[in-house]
Formats: sequence, structure tokens, C-alpha cells
Amino acid sequence: MIIRGDEPDQVRLIRKLYKPGNYFMQGNEAVAYGAIFAGCRFYAGYPITPSSEIAETMARELPKLGGYYLQMEDEIGSIAAMIGASWTGFKVMTATAGPGFSLMQENLGYAVMTETPLVLVDVQRSGPSTGQATKGAQGDFFQARWGTHGDHPIVAVSPTSGQDAFWETIRAFNISERLRTPVVVLFDGVLAHTREQIKIPDIEEVEIAYRKLPRNEEEAKLPFGDPHGDGVPPMPLFGHGYFTHVTGSTHKENGLRDVYTPDVHERLVRRIHRKIEKNREVYEKYEEHFTEDAEILIVSWGVTARPALGAVLKAREEGINVGLFVPKTVHPFPAERMRELAKKARAILVAEMNLGQMIIEVERYVNDDVLLKGVNKIGGVPLTVEEILREIRGVA
Amino acid sequence: MAKKIYSTYPMVKYLRKEALPTALCPGCGGGTVLNAFANAIDQLKLDPRDLVVVSGIGCSAWIASPYFLADTLHTTHGRAIAFATGVKVGLPDKKVVVISGDGDLASIGGNHLLHAARRNIDMTVILVNNFIYGMTGGQVAPTTPFGAKTTTSPYRNIEHPLQISETVAAAGASYVARWTTAHVYQLIESIKKALQVKGFSLVEVISQCPVQYGRRNRMKEPAEMLRWFLKNSVPVSKAKNMSPEELEGKFIIGEIINRQRPEFTEELNKLIDEVQEHFGLKGE
Ligand SMILES: Cc1ncc(C[n+]2csc(CCOP(=O)(O)OP(=O)(O)O)c2C)c(N)n1
Ligand code: SF4
Repeated sequence: MIIRGDEPDQVRLIRKLYKPGNYFMQGNEAVAYGAIFAGCRFYAGYPITPSSEIAETMARELPKLGGYYLQMEDEIGSIAAMIGASWTGFKVMTATAGPGFSLMQENLGYAVMTETPLVLVDVQRSGPSTGQATKGAQGDFFQARWGTHGDHPIVAVSPTSGQDAFWETIRAFNISERLRTPVVVLFDGVLAHTREQIKIPDIEEVEIAYRKLPRNEEEAKLPFGDPHGDGVPPMPLFGHGYFTHVTGSTHKENGLRDVYTPDVHERLVRRIHRKIEKNREVYEKYEEHFTEDAEILIVSWGVTARPALGAVLKAREEGINVGLFVPKTVHPFPAERMRELAKKARAILVAEMNLGQMIIEVERYVNDDVLLKGVNKIGGVPLTVEEILREIRGVA
Repeated sequence: MAKKIYSTYPMVKYLRKEALPTALCPGCGGGTVLNAFANAIDQLKLDPRDLVVVSGIGCSAWIASPYFLADTLHTTHGRAIAFATGVKVGLPDKKVVVISGDGDLASIGGNHLLHAARRNIDMTVILVNNFIYGMTGGQVAPTTPFGAKTTTSPYRNIEHPLQISETVAAAGASYVARWTTAHVYQLIESIKKALQVKGFSLVEVISQCPVQYGRRNRMKEPAEMLRWFLKNSVPVSKAKNMSPEELEGKFIIGEIINRQRPEFTEELNKLIDEVQEHFGLKGE
């Protein structure tokens, strides 16, 4: 059994096709190359601005690597095809934007319930509805968390630059493979279309993870069991004679449906939650700047983290004790670290391109005596250094 | 008692015993479809390890998943064919089969059905057409006959049913046939053919749902429904010379289409070969 993209020949192909060095490219292209370096060899998608260049890059590059690009009839079909392909041993990805992400939600829940590794890139754009189709935004923070129904965990990462997008996409694949779970990449239309210098490493510098496969027949017979106690069952791939049954309905450890026994549902859904809760070290990631002595803390994510850092640097020049906290994995939220930082801060500003979403998460970890304030902007234009700086001065 | 039945049924070797007995109502046509499918596999001497069976949601979706002993993927409502597309690309040497209902495949999943036929991807779809949404309690379906009664067309159905087989044939499938559960031997032959065709194949099975459809349309007994199928079945050859008025309410049975067209996964792999050749990427 092999995970596609893991064949020894792939290293030769990648070396031949993508020489290490600096390139000038869009954030979207960086995501696509990240996926390719991570071993993604199956992409199914449906065009939507501002994500389409990811599909275009994959359509151009994947065949060179022996990989598959499928343009499906819609987003529902795209995520469905990915799940099917993932069960045959592919690392799979799709990219979309708000409306397409909405259409994928039912099958995202299916992937959670069936513990199917996949990477779903949501290049956030302005909404609701068609909104400003070509403009960036950060309005899908909660769609990523709660877009699908039921009690479910989700892992979502969010890059802060084109270069970061390359590495965060790889990280998304690694998390997805290690925890046998879908991972959402919350990218945005601004970075997606910004061209900047991006360094492509040698493939040997990239750490690549693979899903756990059953070691023997016995493990293969329990595709939803927990033989290693880490909550992550080995995944018996289709086509190997295991007669695996996969269903989105509540199932027992052997995969067979049982929707009547409360305990079976409890066992399954609680394990899927526990798998994510207990393996924090696999996905937890955040960045900090000048937080040691910060009385004022900026919390920001994704595209907005860049002007936020600019504002912090300027404010420091003015002698203001301000720091920046950037969750890179935004779900599950880095709660513990947030709580620690919040204890030391007098004021916390949450900067994001929406009317206040991550701030709702931050608020859960902040005491009442802290001044908590959103720095929000919508309309498709990112927050500027000046705009954030003004807010910092306001609370200094 | 149940044990005894299983031990004398020769096709039981293809079934997941721990999932039996099936949840289908007594007299449901779903059992006939499962039996016909198992017989087709048996007659072709296909190894179930070379099969992946995918289904959506509904009574008919349960026919083969979980009951058939193969790799089985029980998906979301309407999306079976799209899931199966990913499976087929990943396992081009396996037989990928979709078994599901008319509501699942032709209503909510209608778009995937048309596009899989257009791509001519190599898979066999067995569509169980019982004219109704069985699992959700007998609501009107895209296949409910004009004038029929259902829980959501309690006075009468004023919508026209979709001619699934003809539509899928027009969309580009390689092989399309329609039978009823009263034509078991022909059905088995068609499933065998469909499994051997390289390309998209559809076998539509008109099937009885005595519980949700028959009961509301004066056919409480499964046998009454089978008699209805037999009385109103018209072979394709004969139907060609009949007017649309004469064909109203009839079931056209037989092979609707059987042709060769370039197949999707083959073309996809050919394309990859060409690209790798072109860029000089073939291994030493
Ligand atoms: C997205 C979604 N919508 C609706 C349903 C409810 N639902 C379950 S089965 C079904 C109808 C199935 O009808 P059909 O495919 O004809 O199968 P049958 O039960 O008649 O064999 C519906 C509407 C669902 N599960 N998911
Ligand atoms: S409700 Fe109808 S289709 Fe469903 S199992 Fe019963 S008879 Fe069959």
C-alpha cells in the first residue's frame, strides 16, 4: 500500500521541475506549489474568484508529476470526488471561495465523520452572497468552524503571506494526514493575488507526513477503532481486499452503521473530538512579536497580521509597549497562550477584515477588566498600518 | 430461523453477514436488485476485491452498502457518482459500481449523473426507480407518474416524470438499459454487460415500493406492482413505432444505447503520459 506522491521517483521529478530558489509569484501559486511539495496528486475543483489560479496551476503542473486534475460540475462534486480519491490513497486538495465553501459544507462534515484526510483551501472573499466577488475578506472564520452541522471538531490554518502560504499548505497536509481529518486553509483574496518573492526550497528540506496505514489484517478490520490510543485509527485504503465499509452515518469501530445505540454515537463523536483535542502539538501554532512586555496586545490573523506588525513596529518607535499575537492555526484556537497573554495586557485590539469574528473567540479568554476592542474593516480593501496604528495610539 | 435462510442462499457469500437481515421492507424490489447484482458478479466470476460499491442516501442506497461484501462507500444524498468519480480515478483497474435510488441519483444528484455520462467515466450505475422517496416516507419524486398520489401530492401529481435512461443516453453514456424487477434474467444480463462496458453504463431498474408507493396507488401487494410492470412494459424495438400518446404510462424496457466512446480515466492517463513525454519527465 502506498500513499500516492510518495513514490521514490517523485523526488527526481520535483527536483527537475522546480529548482530551489527565489520566484516572483502569486499567493495562489504558492499554495499550489506547497500542495505539490506536500505530495498532493489529486485535485478536484470548480472555478471561483479569487481562487482560480490554484486550480489553473494544479491543472498545468499535476500531469507532469503523474497527478490528476479534475474539473467537476460544481463544488459539491469536487469535495465528493476528493473524498473518494482520498480513500484510494491520494493526498487530495481543492480550493474555493465563500459561495463554493458554503456548497462544500455537507461533505466537509462527511469527511470529519469518516475521518478522511483532505485539504480545503478557502480563499476568502467579500460577502455575504456574491458580495464583492473579486475582493478579499476574512469573513469565513466561523464558516470554517461551524459551517457544517452537528458537534464536530475542525482544524483550520491561516497563512499571513505568500511565502507563508507555501509552508502553511504543506503543514495543512501534514496535520490532515497525521490526524486523519480534513483541514481548512483560510487564505484570502488579497494575498491570493499579491505577487511577491517566494523561496522554493529543495524537496529534502520539506517535512512530509503520511497517514497511518493498518499494520495487519486485524487493524484493517477496525477502520474506526483506536488501536494506538491516540484517537487516530489507521486507514485501510480501498482496493486492498479489506472490504471496508465507510458511511457518514454513526458507525461502530468496524464501520457498520448503528444509529440507534446512544453509546455508539457517543464513542465515535467523542473520540473524533478527543483526537483533535489531545493532539494539540500536531497543529497548534502561533507567532508572537514583542509580547514579553506588552501592555497593549494586538491579536490578528491572516492577511491583516502584516499591517498589524507594521503598526506594532511604528508604535514601538513611539515608545508604546505593544505586542502582536498571530494564531496560525485558528481552529482550535490557541486558548492557553491567549489566556496567558491576556493576563498581562491592559488593552487588546483584534484586527481583522470583517465586522468582528475572531474577537468573539478572543473574548472567551479575556477577563472583564481588560479593554477589548475590534479594529475592523470591510469593503475589500485591507487594513493599513496607519489605521491600526491610530487605534493603538487611541488606547495607549 | 434467519440463520437457516442465509445458509441455503447461494449468494450469501457476497453479503456482509453481520449486517443482515436487511432493513428493506418485505416485498421491496430492493431485494431483487441485490440478488440480481450478486448473480451478475457470480456469473462473471468477478472477485469482490476488485469492486468498489458506492451509494447515496435512501432505501435503495442500502442495497449494496452495507450489504454487499466489498469496499463500500455510503455517501451523502445525491453525491454517490461524484464520490465514485474520485474512487475510479484512484483505482482505474477496479470495477466501480453505484447503486442508489431515483431520488438520490436523478433529483438531488441529477447534475452528477449527467456529467458522469458526458465524461463517459468507466462506472456502472444501477438506478433503482421506485417512483417515490421511500426512505423519507413516500413523497413525490422526479419519477412519480403524472396523476399518481404521494404524501406530498395527496390530490394528484401534476409534474411530468423524468425519462432517466433516455436522458442519460443523450448525455453521452456508453451503455444504457432499463428493466423492471419482473424481468430478473434480462436484468442480470444487462448488469453483466454494463459491468463489462468500458465507459459510463446505467441500468435503470423499475422497482416496487409497495409500502410507500403501492399502498397509495391501489397496489398494496408487491405482486400487484409486478403485474403492473409486466402489463405496461414495452420493448424498445416496439416502442420505436409508437406515438408519445401510446407510450404514456408505459415502461420502455431493453437496451436504450450500446456504443463505444473514449473513456475518461483512460484519456486522463493518456494525457498524463503525453505531458510527461513532452516535458521529458519519463523515468530512466
Ligand atoms: C441533503 C439531504 N436532503 C434530504 C435528505 C433526506 N432524504 C433521505 S433519503 C431521501 C430520498 C431517497 O429517495 P430515493 O433515492 O428515491 O430512494 P428510496 O428511498 O426511494 O429507495 C431523502 C430526500 C438527506 N438525507 N440529505
Ligand atoms: S419504503 Fe419502499 S423502497 Fe423503502 S424499503 Fe420499504 S418498500 Fe423498499
